[in-house]
Amino acid sequence: MSNENAPLLEMRNIKKDFFGNVVLSDINLTLQKGEVLGLCGENGAGKSTLMKILFGMDVIRETGGYEGDILINGEKVSFETPFDALKAGIGMVHQEFSLIPGFTATENILLNREPKKKNVISEIFGERLDTLDYNEMTGRAEAAIEKMGFSIDKDMVISNMPVGHKQFTEIARELSKEQLKLLILDEPTAVLTEREAEALLESIRSMSAKGIAVIFITHRLHEILSVCDKVVVMRDGFVVSDVPAAKTTVSEISKWMVGRSVSSGTSRDIRDMSDGRTAMSIRKLWVDMPGETVRNVDLDVKEGEILGIGGLAGQGKLGIPNGIMGLYEAGGTVEFEGKNIPLNSPRKCLDASIAFVSEDRRGVGLLLDESLEWNVAFPAMQVQNKYLKKYLGGLISWRDEKAIREVTEKYIDELAIKCTGSKQKAKELSGGNQQKVCLAKAFALEPKFLFVSEPTRGIDVGAKALVLEALKRFNRESGVTVVMISSELEELRQICDRIAIVSGGKIAGILPADRPSEDFGMLMVSMVK
Amino acid sequence: MNETLDKSNLNFRERVSEFVAGFGLPRLIIAAFLLLLFIAAPFVGADFWTQISNTINRFSWNAVMVLAMVPMIHSGCGLNFGLPLGIISGLLGATLSIELGFTGPMSFVMAIVIATPFAVILGAGYGWLLNKIKGGEMMIATYVGFSSVSFMCMMWLLLPYKSPTMVWGLAGKGLRTTISLEGFYDKVLAKILQIHIGNLSIPTGTLLFFALLAFGMWAFLHSKTGTAMTAVGSNPTFARAAGVNVDKMRLLSVILSTWLAAIGILVYEQGFGFVQLYMAPFYMALPAVSAILIGGATVNKATIPNVIIGTFLFQGIVTMTPTVMNSMIHMDMSEVIRVVVSQGMILYALTRKTEATK
Repeated sequence: MSNENAPLLEMRNIKKDFFGNVVLSDINLTLQKGEVLGLCGENGAGKSTLMKILFGMDVIRETGGYEGDILINGEKVSFETPFDALKAGIGMVHQEFSLIPGFTATENILLNREPKKKNVISEIFGERLDTLDYNEMTGRAEAAIEKMGFSIDKDMVISNMPVGHKQFTEIARELSKEQLKLLILDEPTAVLTEREAEALLESIRSMSAKGIAVIFITHRLHEILSVCDKVVVMRDGFVVSDVPAAKTTVSEISKWMVGRSVSSGTSRDIRDMSDGRTAMSIRKLWVDMPGETVRNVDLDVKEGEILGIGGLAGQGKLGIPNGIMGLYEAGGTVEFEGKNIPLNSPRKCLDASIAFVSEDRRGVGLLLDESLEWNVAFPAMQVQNKYLKKYLGGLISWRDEKAIREVTEKYIDELAIKCTGSKQKAKELSGGNQQKVCLAKAFALEPKFLFVSEPTRGIDVGAKALVLEALKRFNRESGVTVVMISSELEELRQICDRIAIVSGGKIAGILPADRPSEDFGMLMVSMVK
Repeated sequence: MNETLDKSNLNFRERVSEFVAGFGLPRLIIAAFLLLLFIAAPFVGADFWTQISNTINRFSWNAVMVLAMVPMIHSGCGLNFGLPLGIISGLLGATLSIELGFTGPMSFVMAIVIATPFAVILGAGYGWLLNKIKGGEMMIATYVGFSSVSFMCMMWLLLPYKSPTMVWGLAGKGLRTTISLEGFYDKVLAKILQIHIGNLSIPTGTLLFFALLAFGMWAFLHSKTGTAMTAVGSNPTFARAAGVNVDKMRLLSVILSTWLAAIGILVYEQGFGFVQLYMAPFYMALPAVSAILIGGATVNKATIPNVIIGTFLFQGIVTMTPTVMNSMIHMDMSEVIRVVVSQGMILYALTRKTEATK
């Protein structure tokens, strides 16, 4: 009894607990055909769990199922597996890419749903040996890409694509399914640059115009306002508000999300330091970092400033700190306080009192299996012989557990790191808190110069504000020169004094942070290769 | 009423399963099995105190070789299947010390002194090799161990040893497979402060010597260098970004492990009373590897308590099964059980790369 007036999707009184720990209570949602729903909330608010329920993920059933009803077109459904959800016309684009790196976009888009042709062998041995109909595949992939409204190269192999295009490939894959009625996008813009994100929003609009409903999960609130019909905000497993997007503002949403008001960072205090001393001067720097090649960078960093480095993904902004700190092969000259810093040697940089917070938190930034104490104190211990007790006239240097605990607890307090104690393992913390540990590690080195790479990637609004605030305070109170690399221009404009834009592996230009964002946008695309 | 009962039941079950998870199921099974053997011993006519003495004795012989596993596990080089290389250094020390005419306790000291440069040089070469093949250490290590044993099988025959206590009687050249340490360093550590109470005898000196090395290892892991070594094992990229020379740390850990293996075999010989050459070192790595795994270590985490508990459990089973099981079922099962336990333990550990137990 498919009811034409019934909403496309209705969720009634959804409840879910993980072994007694309630993560969702009394969730009610309705979604009409072609409607775009923005779902936001801090990390751990229950957004992902809700989507997993809707998509019939195994993890829900394995942990005892859920309570409440899901209705599609007025009919009650219960998805046992994601395949059931796919059949019902629900598609999902995950945060992690589920693409095959060695296949082209077309092959990925139509994987396991390829149009096929009979051949001699398959006539005998059955349809598993049918030949793929590449012409038909190209046609369908093109149609899906067309539907999406953002053009990607359908013949490019996934492993050669920039992250943004991988994201679009996933979306195209969902769109290529004929029966698609509802598309769930879980933080699709987190890895995209601003322009790509804009293109994605455009494609969401065009999907909605074609009658596909979209649930759009993101931390970037202005995106929600620009594209969604209504906004649902979750906090601690409850829906705290459900309003039309036109009737709310970014600051209101962030207030609902965190349950407190977040300063939107408009209180800028940009300083002009152009006649200050040059702390670091970089000449003819090249860095061989895969996907982030730096070709020829000349840059002067003034003492005591916060310099932002922005740019599109893949243009080389991440290569600059990674190259200088010796994590990837680099060449050129880098002078710090008048002294030449040898490249390709992390130790020399650290000895010169330069510290680095890597964008790769889990890979480079943390000892996941060790305690917070180790994570915070380790570099300072190795480089500067801090937190050590000396015996036998310095012959034996032992860890000073007490000093290590003290410094860790100090930073846990200062940066409001949520943990059970200084002995907790780093891998047990959430993304935002892990990022704070990475900062604490760099702060413990008491550097004169700090590189911070993508400090807010993948963390929620509340944690983001705290991290930026901590960086700013560190700069102001200790007079440390900070170079912050970020894909989010807004964030750079919040705390930086000047912003350098990298394009095509070179510095395209440096502007004061209070210039309008269009100016930066122009620079970003100026030398793209 | 019923409800509260259920709840306490559940709590008890939870507590048990938590304990099992914390202590490690295999370790629990092996400990229970060993306990059973000790309880069964008097019933099959084996003297309880003699059994305890045997177990402690075997523990004292083997503990240092198990300790040799620790540094390489910490630096992320995995389990040292190349232990025979260190053992060969120890054997060179032992034979050269006798060849040079040292006797009594002095021969033990000189064996250590002579073995050290061999261990450092061979360990450095082995470490250099392991740095070239990061990720496949354990497989390469196995072959390094095996091939070095085979190479030395030739060298024991060819090297110009002359001492009549060691060479083949008729030919007058080439070392014998087994050399008695009577008059050299037989029981030289064990006899220090040895305790005899009835049938119980404890080789205090050997235990103290192990305690000294174990303390040294524990202290080293608390030092700046030791901390760096653990960090290298935990996340090499992190360590490199913190200015640590990863290759150097790994090299150091391999040298340390090789040296401890050399000392380990000398301690083993002084307890056993014989130097065993040729194929003897071939199978020495597996018991040491499985002992530390039974102790609760994993491929990337190990502690001193892991060494002590593991050696005790493993050697306990090896000593107890022949006496108890054989008199119970009149069949030689000990070797079978030893092989099942040791190989099974290694297999189990390699399939799970999770947390070490406490």
